[in-house]
Amino acid sequence: MDVLFDIPILGLLLQFLSYLVQVIVSGHITPIILGLATPIALGALCGVLNERSGVVNIGIEGMMLFSAYVAFMVALFVHQAFPAEPSPLFGVTPALVLGVIAAIAAGVLISLLHAWLSISVRADQIISGTIINITALGLTSYLNRLIKPFDSAGTFQSFRPPAGLVNLPGIGWLFEMFTAVGPIAMSVIVLVLITQIMLFRSRWGLRTRAVGEHPKAADTVGINVIRLRYRNVLIGGMFAGLAGAYLTLEATGSFQNNMTAGRGFIALAAMIFGRWAPVGAFAGALLFMGSQAIGVAIRLAPPSGNLGTFLAGIQQAYPSIYNNFFTGLPYLLTIIVLAGVVGRSIAPAADGQPYEKESAT
Amino acid sequence: MMARLRSYAGFMVVPALSILLALLVASVLIIASGLIGEEKRLNLLLPLVAYRSLLVGAFGSFKGIANMIVAATPLMLTGLAVGVGLKAGLFNIGATGQVLLGGFAAALIGTQVAGAPIWIALPVAMLGGMLAGALAGFIPGFLKAFTGAHEVVTTIMLNALVQLTVSGLVNDVFRAPGFSFARTAPVGNAELTGVGNTTLHLGVLFALVCIPISYWLLWRTTVGFEIRAVGSNPTAARYAGMNPRRMIIFTMSLCGAFAGLGGAVEILRLGYYPAVFGTSIGFDGITVALLGRSNPVGILLAALLLGAMRAGAPLMQIQARVPVEIIDVIQGVILIFLAAEVVVRQIFRLRSAGTGTGELQTITRSYGEKVVG
Amino acid sequence: MSVAPSPPARLQMRGITKRFPGVVANNHIDLDVKAGEIHALLGENGAGKTTLMNVLFGLAHPDEGEILIDGNPVQIADPADAIARGIGMVHQHFMLIPVLTVAENILLGAETMANPIFLDRNEARRRIIELGKRFGFEIDPDARVETLSVGWQQRVEILKALYRQARILVLDEPTAVLTPQETVEVFAVFRRLAAEGHSLIFISHKLYEVLEIADRITVIRRGEVVGTRQPAQTNEDDLAELMVGRQVKLAVDRGKSHPAEPVLTVENLRVKSDRGQEVVRGVNFNVRAGEILGIAGVAGNGQDELVEAITGLRRSTGGAVHLAGENIAGWPVRQRREHGLGYVPGDRQKYGLVLGFPISDNLVLTQYYSSPFARGIQREDAAIEQWARKTIEEFDIRTPSWSVPAGTLSGGNQQKVIVAREFSRDLKALVLDQPTRGLDVGSIEFIHKQAIRKRDAGTGILLVSAELDEILELSDRIAVMYRGEIVALVDGPTANKEEIGLIMATGGRAPAKELPTGTSGPAAEPPDTSVRGGTS
Repeated sequence: MDVLFDIPILGLLLQFLSYLVQVIVSGHITPIILGLATPIALGALCGVLNERSGVVNIGIEGMMLFSAYVAFMVALFVHQAFPAEPSPLFGVTPALVLGVIAAIAAGVLISLLHAWLSISVRADQIISGTIINITALGLTSYLNRLIKPFDSAGTFQSFRPPAGLVNLPGIGWLFEMFTAVGPIAMSVIVLVLITQIMLFRSRWGLRTRAVGEHPKAADTVGINVIRLRYRNVLIGGMFAGLAGAYLTLEATGSFQNNMTAGRGFIALAAMIFGRWAPVGAFAGALLFMGSQAIGVAIRLAPPSGNLGTFLAGIQQAYPSIYNNFFTGLPYLLTIIVLAGVVGRSIAPAADGQPYEKESAT
Repeated sequence: MMARLRSYAGFMVVPALSILLALLVASVLIIASGLIGEEKRLNLLLPLVAYRSLLVGAFGSFKGIANMIVAATPLMLTGLAVGVGLKAGLFNIGATGQVLLGGFAAALIGTQVAGAPIWIALPVAMLGGMLAGALAGFIPGFLKAFTGAHEVVTTIMLNALVQLTVSGLVNDVFRAPGFSFARTAPVGNAELTGVGNTTLHLGVLFALVCIPISYWLLWRTTVGFEIRAVGSNPTAARYAGMNPRRMIIFTMSLCGAFAGLGGAVEILRLGYYPAVFGTSIGFDGITVALLGRSNPVGILLAALLLGAMRAGAPLMQIQARVPVEIIDVIQGVILIFLAAEVVVRQIFRLRSAGTGTGELQTITRSYGEKVVG
Repeated sequence: MSVAPSPPARLQMRGITKRFPGVVANNHIDLDVKAGEIHALLGENGAGKTTLMNVLFGLAHPDEGEILIDGNPVQIADPADAIARGIGMVHQHFMLIPVLTVAENILLGAETMANPIFLDRNEARRRIIELGKRFGFEIDPDARVETLSVGWQQRVEILKALYRQARILVLDEPTAVLTPQETVEVFAVFRRLAAEGHSLIFISHKLYEVLEIADRITVIRRGEVVGTRQPAQTNEDDLAELMVGRQVKLAVDRGKSHPAEPVLTVENLRVKSDRGQEVVRGVNFNVRAGEILGIAGVAGNGQDELVEAITGLRRSTGGAVHLAGENIAGWPVRQRREHGLGYVPGDRQKYGLVLGFPISDNLVLTQYYSSPFARGIQREDAAIEQWARKTIEEFDIRTPSWSVPAGTLSGGNQQKVIVAREFSRDLKALVLDQPTRGLDVGSIEFIHKQAIRKRDAGTGILLVSAELDEILELSDRIAVMYRGEIVALVDGPTANKEEIGLIMATGGRAPAKELPTGTSGPAAEPPDTSVRGGTS
């Protein structure tokens, strides 16, 4: 394959950009982006809640994985015991609902461990998070091997937005992106907005931010730093649990070992990218996973012209590298973003520092 | 002398207790696995059966002990890869990527020197693995030093990227013809064949040598002094005239080299690099490093322990029908108890005498902190 | 001073006793404060004043004794409790969150709510502005605290207490970080508070201020009350003697200096802060061999960045630094040290020591790579141990062994380790940054003596300190730094404390009726610049 320099490369680049715009506006790919971004965004919300309170949590990956497994198994079990017809709205069944609830509970449970290690035992928080990742991976792999899943509880179905909205010129794709999705993905936007508003306008939000910046100051005005941190970490666990439920009950209908594949860490990058604010983190999630969606787009709606033949040529010659490239884009973007953004992003000042109440000065 | 022994004992008490407790917790899981596994039987003695076959598999025969050493060998290296990093305040979770890249490089170089005599081919291939691993460690080190990007996230990302890149390359570019699955060409004389009719191989020596070298480096040289100072208080190190940025990059590269060597050993043992190469030694290295308290001697012991478990696990799966993944669970639980050791220490007023830096160091620094230097 | 009629005591503390391992911080202390009174609590560092107030504010629980408010005995379990009872504390180290606004800081913990979930920011804004007006200043509730000057931040702390309807205000060393001008202004606020019936407890170790503002003064020494006076009945010598327990000792005899040629020259130096602002704006001075040049100035006028540029920790953006004749621009830290520059940093735990390392390692922290402590990259442990033993004895560092971690030492001994490390080399120039901050009297004396000795051996010493007394005591020449420039350079032994204090606060320009920027609102009276000096 000849390597082209100067104008031909520029031409390819321009073609690529126009292809991107075309794809987004055509609307068929956009719900995929939201779908891919959902676990990232939920994980990022978990991270925001933790770190705004001053607790570093890199165990989001493990929380998601464990919750994903719990969601799948509980839903399966209920489905076996009480099979039911999927309702027309989102394909809801009791199995799926209970699966989600179980996943949220699992997220809270693991968060409790992280909270205990980080806040009460005051162990190193990164090590605590890593331990959760390792343990979750080991435990789910072990259980997955032990209990051979032989069926599936199915998944939530996507919502079909009215054709009138979708076909609106110019902004139709927005509706398609945000409404042609399953219930968990749809709830993400709502959760992001609620968290954003609460964080900056409510009493809870003010206290949370204070504790993450200067816990001693918060303590001297009578705020219970420990209790607030515990509570926020547990609420964060709920988000991580929901993300896990999404993976097995909405995105796919099965559980694979290590299926989170680093999403928990991409979520952290999204959080940093969004400057620890929910809305920013959500934008980051869309950005990171959008890159992966491009691969899907190219497969479903191949570009035409020089760009098309160029890409097809690469795919012919190096099929594995070609596929892996798109799979790997989010990881690459994460590194680039972290490297570029971190210096200018300021984490909550007391992030990662356990709080020790002094009995007297 | 007594003081030294006592301090070593104190050093090891908590890890030993953690292992014991973890085995107890795992017993519960094993009993549960008997219940819900294939046999659906409540067997309270199952853990004993399982542990017995674990021990037999590891120690019961000369072959078993050999297997244990062979399993422990790469773990020593990845343990060092994480442990030395910890001394510098860095958490190198990227050992997996460094292992893969090191193994891949060793395989490629091996095929190039396949015909050369073994005392050239082998060291060259191992060296290639080390250098590749060092590169994989250099990248996150450089990023951390100059942009503040926290190595925990960048190394995990790099793990995935390395894995995707290498498997893509093996599939598309370096695939050796004539095999039923995608893999590189044989490495010929660079292969680490078993000595005698055991599985022991020359790589064991390479790994064992790294242990005293690391110890000497950390505690007896100026370089090691700088590493530890930067890990303990990078600002004071800078004020005293050291260069934290340089130390971070150097240390990460060194850690990568250790891990790369570990990967090289594994691949050269296999004789080729398969497109789908799954290995747990990267993550196991974390357990080994934490269990060994970031001390080369501790890492050696921890590697042997974990190697024993991995070596004995297949027999346990056959005899007690407990899936080998239980080892992963045991690892996790050991770590939980280790992390909570502060509680244990406070209760028993345990103190490790000596330099006081043998404990788990606090490496959590904010993501946004830039390294000045 | 306010004229107080005699209402019953609002606050009574009876027999308060608090013990810590090895020390009795408070020993049966009695204190009573009336409504509308400004009551000063005077004592040296470590005398027990802060502990007593921590007990009052619920940050510590007394082992014996009781507290009565308006005659009723109360138990104060925690700060929330204290606040509920009308006690407010203005800490010495402000408990403010820099990235939040004034309003958010004030609201925290006592939030004004529009509904059970959301804050009522408008109402809060209104109340804050009103409170400020009542006590003589205009404040912007939406300003981020990190943008405010120290004096204004203190007002936010005071407003925090008032917002919660505190009737008893505890002020812990309120003037420690203020310029003389800001002190005058805040005293006016205090008087208005007292006039409105609030009780103020004013903790200090500055005699002249206490005499000026207080209605009554209680002196604490080693955990016990040693006397209560009214200002009219006492003077500084009397108070000083009460505080210290004996005749106040003289300062260290510094002898005459014999300065020779300059060893450290700073020419037109310009340095930017982390935020990109130029905080050192064309500074010129030199330090000669065998003299001590003291840089006086309120913290935050560029001294930190100046020191960093001289030692090599920060790039300068203009100008030059010469060390023993060589232009050291761009030289890394280590190279400067090797050329004969010593440095005792301002925060011993953060910048000066690796607390987890043994003392011996800390003693060679800057020299570990050179002979005799290392040969190539191999360290010579025996040589290090020998040197450590010798140095520990020479500098009288109190420790059971050379191998214990530096973190186990007391503050004074930790500083001695750093001093020993730097001073035991042959130095051309030496930078001392806050060398005796937070130390006990004995350690201060020791370090001052060592500095004089080093000076007499021919080193040129640059002393940067926020303690004007220290500057006056040691310096042969004094430079005053204000807003990034050297605005005055005077002879040390003949310097006048009030003059220097005034220059520190105003930059040397006559203030007249003009108030420095950062304040607003009408001045109640023309600024009183007759800050009375004296030894403490």
